[in-house]
Amino acid sequence: MDEITQLRLRKAIQNGLPLTQQPYLTLARELGLTEAQVMQTINDWQDDGLIKRFGLVVKHHNLGYKANAMVVWDIPNDKVDEVGELLSLCDAVTLCYQRPRQLPQWNYNLFSMIHGQNRDTVLQQLADIVQENGLSAFNRDVLFSYKLFKQCGGQYVQASTEQISKGLSL
Amino acid sequence: MNLLQQQLIDAYQKGLPVCSRPYLEMANRLGSTESEVIGALDELKTSGALSRVGPVFNHKKAGASTLAAMAVPEDELAAVAERVNAFEGVNHNYAREHKFNLWFVVTAPDQDQLQTALKEIELNGGYKVMSLPMVKSHFIDLGFKVKWQ
Repeated sequence: MDEITQLRLRKAIQNGLPLTQQPYLTLARELGLTEAQVMQTINDWQDDGLIKRFGLVVKHHNLGYKANAMVVWDIPNDKVDEVGELLSLCDAVTLCYQRPRQLPQWNYNLFSMIHGQNRDTVLQQLADIVQENGLSAFNRDVLFSYKLFKQCGGQYVQASTEQISKGLSL
Repeated sequence: MNLLQQQLIDAYQKGLPVCSRPYLEMANRLGSTESEVIGALDELKTSGALSRVGPVFNHKKAGASTLAAMAVPEDELAAVAERVNAFEGVNHNYAREHKFNLWFVVTAPDQDQLQTALKEIELNGGYKVMSLPMVKSHFIDLGFKVKWQ
Protein backbone atom coordinates (compact mmCIF):
# COMPACT_ATOMS: atom_id res chain seq x y z
CA MET A 1 0.00 0.00 0.00
CA ASP A 2 1.47 3.35 -0.98
CA GLU A 3 2.13 6.16 1.44
CA ILE A 4 -0.83 8.26 0.36
CA THR A 5 -3.25 5.40 0.83
CA GLN A 6 -1.76 4.68 4.24
CA LEU A 7 -2.34 8.29 5.26
CA ARG A 8 -5.91 8.13 4.02
CA LEU A 9 -6.51 4.98 6.06
CA ARG A 10 -4.97 6.58 9.14
CA LYS A 11 -7.22 9.58 8.72
CA ALA A 12 -10.22 7.32 8.26
CA ILE A 13 -9.63 5.42 11.52
CA GLN A 14 -8.19 8.09 13.82
CA ASN A 15 -11.70 9.05 14.92
CA GLY A 16 -12.85 5.46 15.20
CA LEU A 17 -14.08 2.46 13.23
CA PRO A 18 -17.56 2.47 11.75
CA LEU A 19 -20.12 0.52 13.78
CA THR A 20 -21.17 -1.67 10.88
CA GLN A 21 -21.21 -5.46 10.70
CA GLN A 22 -18.04 -5.42 8.63
CA PRO A 23 -16.23 -2.22 9.63
CA TYR A 24 -13.01 -3.06 7.78
CA LEU A 25 -14.97 -3.70 4.62
CA THR A 26 -16.80 -0.38 5.06
CA LEU A 27 -13.44 1.38 5.32
CA ALA A 28 -12.05 -0.56 2.37
CA ARG A 29 -14.93 0.49 0.13
CA GLU A 30 -14.49 4.15 1.11
CA LEU A 31 -10.81 3.98 0.24
CA GLY A 32 -10.88 1.71 -2.80
CA LEU A 33 -9.06 -1.10 -1.01
CA THR A 34 -9.87 -4.68 -0.12
CA GLU A 35 -11.00 -5.69 3.34
CA ALA A 36 -7.89 -7.88 3.62
CA GLN A 37 -5.60 -4.94 2.86
CA VAL A 38 -7.22 -2.82 5.56
CA MET A 39 -6.98 -5.59 8.15
CA GLN A 40 -3.38 -6.42 7.23
CA THR A 41 -2.31 -2.79 7.47
CA ILE A 42 -3.94 -2.31 10.87
CA ASN A 43 -2.23 -5.48 12.09
CA ASP A 44 1.12 -4.24 10.74
CA TRP A 45 0.66 -0.91 12.52
CA GLN A 46 -0.02 -2.72 15.79
CA ASP A 47 3.03 -4.93 15.29
CA ASP A 48 5.40 -2.05 14.57
CA GLY A 49 3.99 0.09 17.39
CA LEU A 50 2.44 2.91 15.38
CA ILE A 51 -0.82 1.86 17.04
CA LYS A 52 -0.12 1.28 20.72
CA ARG A 53 -3.65 0.25 21.66
CA PHE A 54 -6.61 -0.77 19.52
CA GLY A 55 -10.04 -0.92 21.10
CA LEU A 56 -12.55 1.07 23.10
CA VAL A 57 -11.27 4.52 24.10
CA VAL A 58 -13.28 5.71 27.08
CA LYS A 59 -13.98 9.16 28.44
CA HIS A 60 -13.18 8.88 32.13
CA HIS A 61 -15.30 11.83 33.16
CA ASN A 62 -18.45 10.36 31.67
CA LEU A 63 -17.81 7.02 33.39
CA GLY A 64 -18.06 8.67 36.79
CA TYR A 65 -14.40 9.55 37.22
CA LYS A 66 -15.11 13.21 37.75
CA ALA A 67 -11.77 14.14 39.28
CA ASN A 68 -8.74 14.24 37.04
CA ALA A 69 -5.45 15.36 38.50
CA MET A 70 -2.25 15.99 36.62
CA VAL A 71 0.39 15.44 39.28
CA VAL A 72 3.71 17.02 38.34
CA TRP A 73 7.00 16.31 40.06
CA ASP A 74 10.39 17.99 40.26
CA ILE A 75 12.77 15.03 40.32
CA PRO A 76 16.57 15.30 40.08
CA ASN A 77 17.64 14.29 36.57
CA ASP A 78 19.61 11.29 37.80
CA LYS A 79 16.56 9.91 39.63
CA VAL A 80 13.79 10.70 37.17
CA ASP A 81 13.91 7.35 35.33
CA GLU A 82 13.68 5.42 38.56
CA VAL A 83 10.81 7.49 39.96
CA GLY A 84 9.01 7.34 36.60
CA GLU A 85 9.17 3.54 36.72
CA LEU A 86 7.82 3.51 40.29
CA LEU A 87 4.90 5.77 39.41
CA SER A 88 4.03 3.81 36.29
CA LEU A 89 3.57 0.70 38.45
CA CYS A 90 0.97 2.36 40.70
CA ASP A 91 -2.58 1.24 39.91
CA ALA A 92 -4.00 4.72 40.26
CA VAL A 93 -1.60 6.25 37.74
CA THR A 94 -2.96 6.29 34.19
CA LEU A 95 -0.11 8.12 32.45
CA CYS A 96 3.52 8.82 33.32
CA TYR A 97 5.72 10.93 31.07
CA GLN A 98 8.99 12.80 31.37
CA ARG A 99 8.86 16.30 29.93
CA PRO A 100 11.42 19.12 29.89
CA ARG A 101 11.54 21.82 32.54
CA GLN A 102 10.94 25.35 31.30
CA LEU A 103 12.83 27.44 33.80
CA PRO A 104 12.19 29.72 35.50
CA GLN A 105 8.42 29.37 35.28
CA TRP A 106 8.15 25.58 35.19
CA ASN A 107 10.33 23.33 37.38
CA TYR A 108 8.55 20.02 36.95
CA ASN A 109 9.99 17.23 34.78
CA LEU A 110 7.74 14.23 35.51
CA PHE A 111 4.01 14.15 34.75
CA SER A 112 1.52 11.59 35.99
CA MET A 113 -2.24 11.42 35.75
CA ILE A 114 -4.68 10.14 38.36
CA HIS A 115 -8.39 9.71 37.67
CA GLY A 116 -10.79 9.22 40.57
CA GLN A 117 -14.45 9.47 41.51
CA ASN A 118 -13.83 12.70 43.37
CA ARG A 119 -11.17 15.01 44.63
CA ASP A 120 -10.75 13.35 47.99
CA THR A 121 -10.19 9.88 46.54
CA VAL A 122 -7.55 11.25 44.18
CA LEU A 123 -5.73 13.08 46.98
CA GLN A 124 -5.84 9.95 49.13
CA GLN A 125 -4.44 7.85 46.28
CA LEU A 126 -1.68 10.39 45.80
CA ALA A 127 -0.86 10.40 49.52
CA ASP A 128 -0.60 6.60 49.42
CA ILE A 129 1.66 6.72 46.38
CA VAL A 130 3.95 9.27 48.02
CA GLN A 131 4.17 7.25 51.19
CA GLU A 132 4.58 3.81 49.64
CA ASN A 133 7.30 4.96 47.27
CA GLY A 134 9.15 7.33 49.58
CA LEU A 135 8.58 10.41 47.40
CA SER A 136 7.84 12.99 50.09
CA ALA A 137 11.20 14.76 49.61
CA PHE A 138 10.37 15.82 46.04
CA ASN A 139 8.44 18.95 45.20
CA ARG A 140 5.17 18.29 43.44
CA ASP A 141 2.02 20.05 42.45
CA VAL A 142 -1.50 18.76 41.79
CA LEU A 143 -3.39 20.33 38.90
CA PHE A 144 -7.02 19.25 39.05
CA SER A 145 -9.01 19.89 35.92
CA TYR A 146 -12.16 21.92 36.36
CA LYS A 147 -13.41 22.18 32.82
CA LEU A 148 -13.08 20.02 29.74
CA PHE A 149 -13.01 22.11 26.58
CA LYS A 150 -12.14 19.38 24.04
CA GLN A 151 -11.41 15.65 23.95
CA CYS A 152 -10.88 13.57 20.82
CA GLY A 153 -8.25 11.37 19.21
CA GLY A 154 -4.96 12.86 18.05
CA GLN A 155 -5.39 14.34 14.59
CA TYR A 156 -2.01 13.39 13.16
CA VAL A 157 -3.23 13.27 9.59
CA GLN A 158 -4.82 16.61 8.81
CA ALA A 159 -6.78 17.93 5.89
CA SER A 160 -5.30 21.37 6.37
CA THR A 161 -1.65 20.48 6.00
CA GLU A 162 0.83 20.49 3.20
CA GLN A 163 -0.13 16.90 2.50
CA ILE A 164 -2.90 18.48 0.52
CA SER A 165 -0.58 20.75 -1.37
CA LYS A 166 1.38 17.68 -2.34
CA GLY A 167 -1.77 16.60 -4.09
CA LEU A 168 -3.18 14.22 -1.55
CA SER A 169 -6.90 14.05 -1.34
CA LEU A 170 -7.71 13.10 2.21
CA MET B 1 -24.76 1.42 31.66
CA ASN B 2 -25.87 -2.17 31.16
CA LEU B 3 -23.90 -5.34 31.84
CA LEU B 4 -22.90 -5.83 28.20
CA GLN B 5 -21.52 -2.30 28.04
CA GLN B 6 -19.50 -2.88 31.20
CA GLN B 7 -18.20 -6.15 29.80
CA LEU B 8 -17.21 -4.47 26.55
CA ILE B 9 -15.29 -1.77 28.43
CA ASP B 10 -13.59 -4.36 30.63
CA ALA B 11 -12.66 -6.71 27.81
CA TYR B 12 -11.98 -4.58 24.76
CA GLN B 13 -10.01 -1.45 25.58
CA LYS B 14 -7.25 -3.33 23.83
CA GLY B 15 -7.16 -6.24 21.43
CA LEU B 16 -10.18 -5.36 19.33
CA PRO B 17 -10.53 -8.27 16.88
CA VAL B 18 -9.19 -7.61 13.41
CA CYS B 19 -11.36 -9.96 11.39
CA SER B 20 -14.24 -9.60 9.00
CA ARG B 21 -16.93 -9.38 11.68
CA PRO B 22 -15.22 -8.14 14.85
CA TYR B 23 -18.44 -7.24 16.65
CA LEU B 24 -19.72 -10.78 16.08
CA GLU B 25 -16.53 -12.22 17.55
CA MET B 26 -16.89 -9.94 20.58
CA ALA B 27 -20.52 -10.97 20.94
CA ASN B 28 -19.61 -14.65 20.83
CA ARG B 29 -17.04 -14.21 23.57
CA LEU B 30 -19.43 -12.25 25.78
CA GLY B 31 -22.48 -14.44 25.12
CA SER B 32 -24.34 -11.76 23.24
CA THR B 33 -25.30 -11.02 19.65
CA GLU B 34 -23.63 -8.92 17.01
CA SER B 35 -26.50 -6.45 16.83
CA GLU B 36 -26.55 -6.07 20.60
CA VAL B 37 -22.83 -5.33 20.65
CA ILE B 38 -23.13 -2.76 17.88
CA GLY B 39 -26.12 -1.21 19.64
CA ALA B 40 -24.29 -1.11 22.97
CA LEU B 41 -21.24 0.57 21.44
CA ASP B 42 -23.39 3.05 19.57
CA GLU B 43 -25.18 3.96 22.78
CA LEU B 44 -21.91 4.36 24.67
CA LYS B 45 -20.74 6.80 22.01
CA THR B 46 -23.98 8.73 22.09
CA SER B 47 -23.93 8.93 25.89
CA GLY B 48 -20.37 10.25 25.81
CA ALA B 49 -18.83 7.37 27.76
CA LEU B 50 -16.88 6.32 24.69
CA SER B 51 -14.65 8.54 22.59
CA ARG B 52 -14.29 5.95 19.82
CA VAL B 53 -13.67 2.33 18.93
CA GLY B 54 -10.31 2.35 17.30
CA PRO B 55 -6.65 3.17 17.57
CA VAL B 56 -4.58 5.04 20.09
CA PHE B 57 -1.53 6.07 18.11
CA ASN B 58 1.99 6.19 19.47
CA HIS B 59 2.72 9.92 19.65
CA LYS B 60 6.33 9.58 18.60
CA LYS B 61 5.68 7.34 15.62
CA ALA B 62 2.43 8.89 14.43
CA GLY B 63 3.81 12.38 13.98
CA ALA B 64 4.71 15.20 16.28
CA SER B 65 2.90 16.18 19.45
CA THR B 66 3.32 18.20 22.57
CA LEU B 67 1.57 19.18 25.78
CA ALA B 68 1.08 22.93 25.82
CA ALA B 69 0.01 25.33 28.52
CA MET B 70 -1.10 28.93 28.72
CA ALA B 71 -1.61 31.29 31.67
CA VAL B 72 -4.88 33.08 30.91
CA PRO B 73 -6.92 35.50 33.03
CA GLU B 74 -9.87 33.51 34.38
CA ASP B 75 -12.53 35.72 32.79
CA GLU B 76 -11.04 35.16 29.34
CA LEU B 77 -10.48 31.43 29.71
CA ALA B 78 -13.54 30.15 27.85
CA ALA B 79 -13.01 32.50 24.93
CA VAL B 80 -9.32 31.66 24.62
CA ALA B 81 -10.09 27.92 24.90
CA GLU B 82 -12.54 28.26 22.04
CA ARG B 83 -9.95 29.96 19.85
CA VAL B 84 -7.39 27.27 20.72
CA ASN B 85 -9.91 24.50 20.01
CA ALA B 86 -10.50 25.88 16.53
CA PHE B 87 -7.16 24.32 15.55
CA GLU B 88 -7.57 20.85 14.11
CA GLY B 89 -4.40 19.61 15.80
CA VAL B 90 -5.67 20.36 19.31
CA ASN B 91 -7.23 17.25 20.82
CA HIS B 92 -7.38 17.41 24.61
CA ASN B 93 -7.98 20.78 26.21
CA TYR B 94 -8.60 21.24 29.94
CA ALA B 95 -8.81 24.08 32.42
CA ARG B 96 -6.61 23.22 35.40
CA GLU B 97 -6.05 24.79 38.80
CA HIS B 98 -2.73 26.59 38.41
CA LYS B 99 -1.27 29.87 37.17
CA PHE B 100 -0.95 27.92 33.92
CA ASN B 101 -4.66 27.21 33.71
CA LEU B 102 -5.20 26.02 30.13
CA TRP B 103 -3.60 22.71 29.14
CA PHE B 104 -3.95 21.15 25.71
CA VAL B 105 -2.32 18.54 23.50
CA VAL B 106 -1.32 19.56 19.99
CA THR B 107 -0.57 17.02 17.27
CA ALA B 108 0.71 17.54 13.75
CA PRO B 109 2.03 15.40 10.91
CA ASP B 110 5.61 16.51 11.61
CA GLN B 111 7.77 18.74 13.81
CA ASP B 112 7.80 21.73 11.43
CA GLN B 113 4.02 21.82 11.21
CA LEU B 114 3.77 21.40 14.97
CA GLN B 115 5.95 24.46 15.55
CA THR B 116 3.91 26.43 13.01
CA ALA B 117 0.70 25.41 14.74
CA LEU B 118 2.04 26.45 18.15
CA LYS B 119 2.95 29.89 16.78
CA GLU B 120 -0.48 30.31 15.25
CA ILE B 121 -2.18 29.17 18.45
CA GLU B 122 -0.13 31.71 20.39
CA LEU B 123 -1.08 34.44 17.94
CA ASN B 124 -4.78 33.58 17.84
CA GLY B 125 -5.04 32.65 21.50
CA GLY B 126 -3.39 35.86 22.58
CA TYR B 127 -1.17 34.34 25.27
CA LYS B 128 2.27 32.78 25.30
CA VAL B 129 2.36 29.02 24.83
CA MET B 130 4.62 26.89 27.02
CA SER B 131 5.43 23.69 25.12
CA LEU B 132 6.38 20.53 27.03
CA PRO B 133 7.00 17.74 24.52
CA MET B 134 7.30 14.21 25.86
CA VAL B 135 10.90 13.17 26.53
CA LYS B 136 10.14 9.64 27.65
CA SER B 137 7.10 7.52 28.41
CA HIS B 138 7.13 5.28 31.45
CA PHE B 139 3.69 3.99 30.77
CA ILE B 140 2.28 1.10 28.78
CA ASP B 141 -1.24 1.99 27.84
CA LEU B 142 -3.48 -0.99 28.56
CA GLY B 143 -6.67 1.00 28.94
CA PHE B 144 -8.39 2.13 32.09
CA LYS B 145 -9.60 -0.28 34.75
CA VAL B 146 -13.08 0.86 35.69
CA LYS B 147 -14.34 0.00 39.17
CA TRP B 148 -18.07 -0.54 38.57
CA GLN B 149 -20.27 0.57 41.45
